[in-house]
Amino acid sequence: MSREITINPVTRIEGHGKITIYLADDGSVADAKFHVTQLRGFEKFAEGRPFHEMPSLMARICGICPVSHLIASAKACDALLGVRIPPTAAALRRVMNLAQIAQSHALSFFYLSAPDLLLGMDSDPSQRNLFGMLAANPQLARDGVTLRQTGQQIIEILGGKRIHPGWLVPGGVSEPLSAEKRDRILAMLPNAIAITQQAIHWFKSILPRFSEEISVFANFPTLHMGLVDRRGNLETYDGYLRIVDADGNVVEDRMTPEDYLDLIEEAVEPHSFLKSPYYKPRGYTDGMLRVGPLSRLLVADQISTPLANAELQAFRQIPERQSSFYYHLARLIEMLYAWEEIQRVLKTSDILSEHVRAYAEPNAFEGVGISEAPRGTLMHHYKIDKNGLITYVNLVIATGHNNLAMNAGVKQVAQRFVHGDRLSEGMLNRVEAVIRTFDPCLSCSTHAIGQMPLHIQLVAPNGEVLDEIAR
Amino acid sequence: MSRVVTLKINGQDVSGREDETVLQVARENGIEIPTLCHLEGLSNVGACRLCLVEVKGVSRLLPACVTRVSEGMEVTTHSERLERYRRMIVELLFSEGNHVCSVCVSNGHCELQDTAIQLRLDHIGMPYRFPVRQVDASHSRYGLDPNRCILCTRCVRVCDEIEGAHTWDIMGRGINSQLITDMHTPWGESETCTSCGKCVQICPTGALFIKGKSVAEMTKRPDFLPYLAMMRNRKNGS
Repeated sequence: MSREITINPVTRIEGHGKITIYLADDGSVADAKFHVTQLRGFEKFAEGRPFHEMPSLMARICGICPVSHLIASAKACDALLGVRIPPTAAALRRVMNLAQIAQSHALSFFYLSAPDLLLGMDSDPSQRNLFGMLAANPQLARDGVTLRQTGQQIIEILGGKRIHPGWLVPGGVSEPLSAEKRDRILAMLPNAIAITQQAIHWFKSILPRFSEEISVFANFPTLHMGLVDRRGNLETYDGYLRIVDADGNVVEDRMTPEDYLDLIEEAVEPHSFLKSPYYKPRGYTDGMLRVGPLSRLLVADQISTPLANAELQAFRQIPERQSSFYYHLARLIEMLYAWEEIQRVLKTSDILSEHVRAYAEPNAFEGVGISEAPRGTLMHHYKIDKNGLITYVNLVIATGHNNLAMNAGVKQVAQRFVHGDRLSEGMLNRVEAVIRTFDPCLSCSTHAIGQMPLHIQLVAPNGEVLDEIAR
Repeated sequence: MSRVVTLKINGQDVSGREDETVLQVARENGIEIPTLCHLEGLSNVGACRLCLVEVKGVSRLLPACVTRVSEGMEVTTHSERLERYRRMIVELLFSEGNHVCSVCVSNGHCELQDTAIQLRLDHIGMPYRFPVRQVDASHSRYGLDPNRCILCTRCVRVCDEIEGAHTWDIMGRGINSQLITDMHTPWGESETCTSCGKCVQICPTGALFIKGKSVAEMTKRPDFLPYLAMMRNRKNGS
């Protein structure tokens, strides 16, 4: 007799979701699904608004990565204005986006996933959190707080506040950088770099304990998508879209934001409010994509900063680097890149230029803005009427790109760890942990209010719910 | 020459000309009464009711902006009852429109927001109406977002009394009242609008704004108005 297990809500992720595991008659896992149970409606209620409000309006999609939405939205608005923004404005936006990526990665790695990594997947769930970490390894917990703080403070110094800064505007940024602010940011970076290097060292030292997880945590071939610069280096703010296959062959390259509709199509599945984008030419579901830190490291030829590039080259030697477990390592390497790159950009000669905003009337009726959010490639696509009011919004969110792979990953982990009709807490935690490797942001991806709690249900073929664990 | 009268405001002996209002005399004496529809340099309409005061011997509350002072009058501008009513008025304004400060062009520079803060309004006790109202962005330089309009009619008065164009008006009644240009044509097609922008500068909220402004960037400069009114009076010899 087949049954169904539901994990609801999924904990330590951003947003609200649940997992259903379907059991076959013999007690093995037949299928598993990750459901996103929240609906936001941003694409709809933005209609009729003046497009100049869009960056701030879209930033409200998420309190963790408001900057990512600000960036993609501001870029889409730049396209509506038909302007090339001043280089200093682009450089300042780049710094803020990197700070956003770093602070979000610190949150994902240290606050959400490190409890599993430090204390073990089967450890006491009442201790498996930041407080348990503080007891077991206070330095690691403090380092996580410091890194997140550094990213947040950079955002605050630049934009006036940590969450939803209004500094990113269509045409550039609203205020230039002062020498005093630049120096405050630069002073924080050496410590951040040192801590990140220690974290990379620590993570590599514990990897042997997770060989089983590595082998089944969404460890399968998929396409990977990310931005690269003109030379094929890792890029997060501007650049071209590149898609590579599991063997590293380039499938698409030098694609611009306007090309996204040729690359990406969005499927809607009845079990989730989260759409499932896929690579259009390969169809649904062969076009399964992954995005985010792991994918960005797999699509980029190199990283332009030395310390992170050395880590990238070492990462390239890992045989099982397709496993989503390595998202964690990729996150740390990207954090290292972020600090180094912020340092480089802030030391450029014209960073204090006062020419940071281009002004124009709307010159195009349609605009697409693409940037790399912490979780992957983020696409904002707007259309306006002749008066500059929004008539159409399409948001393709990083977590959405990963949806098909997350579902396949949940199934892979469930098939390995879940047996029969009995649910163990450690098993459930692994099912959640595979989701956490992707660091999904469900609030963003469905454009909810509330926390990210998880619900696992064990469902029989006749639909009977046999067992259920909720947090 | 107007006669001078003496009266008490909050127990304090004050004096004013008999053609002055309670609001004028209070402000001359450093006593602050909150207002939204009143603006120095424009006529008073008593629309927002925020300036309601208690007058001894009068059972109902009187709007200070349109109540003349009189000899021996005893006025109370601040009491627990008045604070409660003022908060309720502002709550009603918030629940009536779609006021989302965090994504408004006037965030941080809004008289409605300032008044709410001043009255220590920390939540809205009544259900929001969420009306569906379309933005009019047809004008080349300015926009009207009726979601943020509190129907104070400052724009109607400045356009009529100062600019002399009378482009703005209020259509409909009660809860269905709305701000219109000309005979309810899009602002950009208005034949009377001179694009002077006075309405934008004196609008207390983000309802009237300069196009191209992002969130919190719309600062208003209503200070021109008293001087303009003064110079006009001087020219007319009054």
